[in-house]
Amino acid sequence: MSERSERTDRLSVTEHSPLWEVFVRARRGLSHTHVGSLHAPDAELALRNARDLYTRRQEGVSIWVVPAAAITASSPDEKDAFFDPAADKVYRHPTFYDVPDGVSHL
Amino acid sequence: MYGNDFSAEDAPGGGLLGEVEAAEAALREAAERGRRADAPGPDADLAGYFAEVIDADQKIEPRDWMPEAYRKTLIRQIAQHAHSEIIGMQPEGNWISRAPSLKRKAILLAKVQDEAGHGLYLYAAAETLGISRDELVRLLLEGRQKYSSIFNYPTLTWADVGAIGWLVDGAAIVNQVPLCRCSYGPYARAMIRVCKEESFHQRQGYEILHTLAHGTPEQKAMAQDSVDRWWYPSLAMFGPPDGDSTHSAQSMAWKIKRFSNDELRQRFVDMCVQQAEILDLTLPDPDLRWNDERQAYDYTQPDYDELMQVIKGNGPCNRQRMEHRRRAHTEGAWVREAAAAYAAKRAEQKEKVAA
Repeated sequence: MSERSERTDRLSVTEHSPLWEVFVRARRGLSHTHVGSLHAPDAELALRNARDLYTRRQEGVSIWVVPAAAITASSPDEKDAFFDPAADKVYRHPTFYDVPDGVSHL
Repeated sequence: MYGNDFSAEDAPGGGLLGEVEAAEAALREAAERGRRADAPGPDADLAGYFAEVIDADQKIEPRDWMPEAYRKTLIRQIAQHAHSEIIGMQPEGNWISRAPSLKRKAILLAKVQDEAGHGLYLYAAAETLGISRDELVRLLLEGRQKYSSIFNYPTLTWADVGAIGWLVDGAAIVNQVPLCRCSYGPYARAMIRVCKEESFHQRQGYEILHTLAHGTPEQKAMAQDSVDRWWYPSLAMFGPPDGDSTHSAQSMAWKIKRFSNDELRQRFVDMCVQQAEILDLTLPDPDLRWNDERQAYDYTQPDYDELMQVIKGNGPCNRQRMEHRRRAHTEGAWVREAAAAYAAKRAEQKEKVAA
């Protein structure tokens, strides 16, 4: 839903109600997931609105709200250089290593 | 217990809800595949890269380069969609205080709350294209952006609440399910969420009509009357016929739209005929009949001159809807200012404590 935080450069900042990004954790033990965004004057109202807007149908047990302006995103232009190392360092993956036949619990 | 709307068991791969699930799976799968490895460098062919992403059925995301016309058409379409959700609260809101039972009233309240939520998801999606919600609201209030023509028709009886759920939300779903596969990521994701909730609206509307149609003769007559009044405005929701649709060809090439106005309208008619039979209500079209050759129903087209008049602002309720929306905005100004002032005061106090 909202990735507007990634575009704040194009927007004026004269709004009454700043933008908040909303993260919801569905169940105990799972991580918070970005579900969308909303406008609210302050954090408390952002939390209440997020409760009404994003958890009407038992979608979550925990909500985080973060001012969109506080988020810094990576840029798609530098995507390759930025995320490259994983591909050429195959030894970082457990599948890189041969396990001799007959070894168990490894 | 509408929590069930979110379970996969509810739609075992069939029906419109099944299509939404499939679109969601396709979206996940496209994300797994990742983009082509050679992302464009600083002086690469951006338009070519954009075309490749669209061809590969992958999603355009907010920070990707996109043609200015693609951005503009999406802003127009998503904003109009968002405005429709907000204005659409009025015709149904008209019956909240007069709902015939506490159960119906609670359901209607939940539904109108959903519409507000859909408006907010959609404004958020539009904002990723570099326009602010305040700006979009201003464009609506100044009459420079449209909302769906359907909400300019009045709700005269309780049965209209049922007809809106069945026909209007039904038409919206037929329109929106393909948008779950739209090439613009934030819009597609918003549509997946919206469609799951819309299916609750459509079913609750159908249930209202079914109850009325199987009640007293007066109730049945009321149900039939509302279907008679809402049928053609609902068909008109799919927009002008393909030959007259200005944005269609380009939107289809960009994979924003997946089917033409007429294709979707036909799909809607074919669905409704069987549903009307079970309601034991008739659709107000004497020429509606099965065409064996086409494997589809022949039907009378809606009055497109009327549609153009409604879009231009001359429908039965255009002025009332806009006046209501403007009044809410103007009279709410002091509340928004108070909230902002309170937030500023609280932030200041926090700073003092921290210092």
